[in-house]
Amino acid sequence: MFGWILLALVVVGVGYFIGIYNALVRLRNRVKNAWSQIDVQLKRRHDLIPNLVETAKGYMKHERETFEEVTKARSRAMDANTVGEKSQAETGLSGALGRFMLVVENYPDLKANQNFLALQEELTSTENKIAFSRQSYNDAVLFFNNKIQMFPSNIIANTFNFNAEEFFEIEDAAEKEVPKVSFADKQGG
Amino acid sequence: MMWELIRQNRRKSLILFAGMALLLSVLGYAVGAVFNPEQGGIIGLILAIGLWITLTLISVSSGDDIILKISQAREVTPDVHPRLFNVVEEMKIAAGLPAMPKVYIVDDPSPNAFAIGIKPEKSAVAVTAGLLEQLNRDELQGVVAHEVSHIANRDSQLMTVAGIMLGSIVLISHFFLRSMWFMPSSSRRYRKDSGGGDPRLQLIMVVVAIALAILAPIFARLLYLAVSRKREYLADATAAQFTRYPEGLASALEKISSSALPLESANKVTAPMYIVNPLLKKDMKLSSLGSTHPPTEQRIKILRGMAGRADYLSYQRAFSKVTKKHSAVIPASGLRNTKRVQARTASPGDVESKSNKKTARDVMDLMRAVNGYAFLVCACGLKIKLPPELAKPAIDCPKCGRENKIPGAELATVGAVVGAVAGTDGEAILDADPDASQSGERYEYHRKGTGWETFACACGNRLQLSPAFKGTVVGCRLCGRNTTIK
Repeated sequence: MFGWILLALVVVGVGYFIGIYNALVRLRNRVKNAWSQIDVQLKRRHDLIPNLVETAKGYMKHERETFEEVTKARSRAMDANTVGEKSQAETGLSGALGRFMLVVENYPDLKANQNFLALQEELTSTENKIAFSRQSYNDAVLFFNNKIQMFPSNIIANTFNFNAEEFFEIEDAAEKEVPKVSFADKQGG
Repeated sequence: MMWELIRQNRRKSLILFAGMALLLSVLGYAVGAVFNPEQGGIIGLILAIGLWITLTLISVSSGDDIILKISQAREVTPDVHPRLFNVVEEMKIAAGLPAMPKVYIVDDPSPNAFAIGIKPEKSAVAVTAGLLEQLNRDELQGVVAHEVSHIANRDSQLMTVAGIMLGSIVLISHFFLRSMWFMPSSSRRYRKDSGGGDPRLQLIMVVVAIALAILAPIFARLLYLAVSRKREYLADATAAQFTRYPEGLASALEKISSSALPLESANKVTAPMYIVNPLLKKDMKLSSLGSTHPPTEQRIKILRGMAGRADYLSYQRAFSKVTKKHSAVIPASGLRNTKRVQARTASPGDVESKSNKKTARDVMDLMRAVNGYAFLVCACGLKIKLPPELAKPAIDCPKCGRENKIPGAELATVGAVVGAVAGTDGEAILDADPDASQSGERYEYHRKGTGWETFACACGNRLQLSPAFKGTVVGCRLCGRNTTIK
């Protein structure tokens, strides 16, 4: 009788262990999958930049510094390896591209160039896709990190080397901005 | 959180479904009982449910294709309109759809859009050519986000199921009332022969059945419309959250509702699917029980009242403020633990610098691309448009007279890159049907100098311009087309 109870406990325990282990694997794969979605878009952005610079060069002869800034930021972003490094480098690249686009505003001929417009559309779309896939990646990371830090799954996570994943944050100028509208409202009312 | 919304939607579909199923069964039973008081009730019930099952099976298997066909939507490839595809893909990522929706363009200058799909795995987004012409990137993104959230929230699913139920009820009532009108004597005789029961009970049965046949479609429609209106608000809120830019959708709705052009391919059945009701007159502002959409003005006001934010809670607050109602558009689960989402700023470089003439030309090109036209650029820079039924191995350039070979299979897949052909200073349309000249097609020829010049009319006939020619229009003697000389 006692033997049977022991056996039942062992079976339940092993089943529980397998369940947690599989859940951890599933969550880690979800993080990896979400990351590959971002990575595809980041690569696409890196590929677009040389074309963009090449097209713009003919029109913007006196903006060598702007071009250099963008090119340097791009190579830094391409050299980055970990998620943390990448998010830092990509933030730099986004900033450089933002300044580049501001300079472009002074060149109406370039803005009328069909090739440039098509590249700009691709770049805008790629940046949007990065922003949207970033949300689902960070959600997946939060879920996974919670799981490996909470009891009892943390025991299994520690034994089998499930490590916490890094969040991917690209700082957006618009996000950091103080909401001016609400300030004005308060003063007015 | 999205999942809770979807679960809530599923629960609501079930309630709606149960209510309508009850209505359908009672109606079927009552109608059957009038024709034959003994077994007719059960037979009527079975027939009503049989009708509903048949309609459901048809719509699940090929409903999407039927609707797309009725709306005259054509599936397009990414090169026809890269921006539209980009925006749909962005929203697919934001909504976490399992598969990319198919993209359709409706060849119509009136701006509007709709989405269909029983399952998110197999869905489609359709926009009109007029929408692509009039909206900038942010606005297009807002509209596509609204449509994709219909797919993600399973609205298309709910409305299809409810719509079929409504259709069955309307069909049965219609059939019953007609039959009462046309053969009252025969059915009465039939009942007398069968000799079933009390004649007074039968009279009551007839009265009840007629009342049901009149009231059931009205009641079912009201139920359907109430759900439909709420779904529109929810899709607006979700779109604001997806794009983080409520102003995009707001200004798109403004442009769509202020358009005076009617949408030719819309009808009563398909109207509830569109982002703005295509059949509504502009001066009908107030929401009534009979409308499928909330008043557009109110939707715009709510979106603009979100005070620089883009989350569900801000939408709900703006909704209560604008409508003065405290009903919840967004299920409570959607409002819980929502992060405050700051609205983003407008996309850079999205100023409409293009001239109106240029845009109009782009749209014409777009429509031609949708209709299967191919494009060929001559060495002189002229973009020649080839209709799909053209079957010649080579064509003379109408501007410089050069012979251009038509690369067969290659060209068929080229499609149009809208406005991407740089340096087109002239345009010529080789149209296969001569009716086109009446439908407002313009032909232009740009003079190179002041000497003798030869050019080809759109029909292929060669025309000469003398050095003394000072006019602006040349008529072709063969086809009667007029070509403007510049």
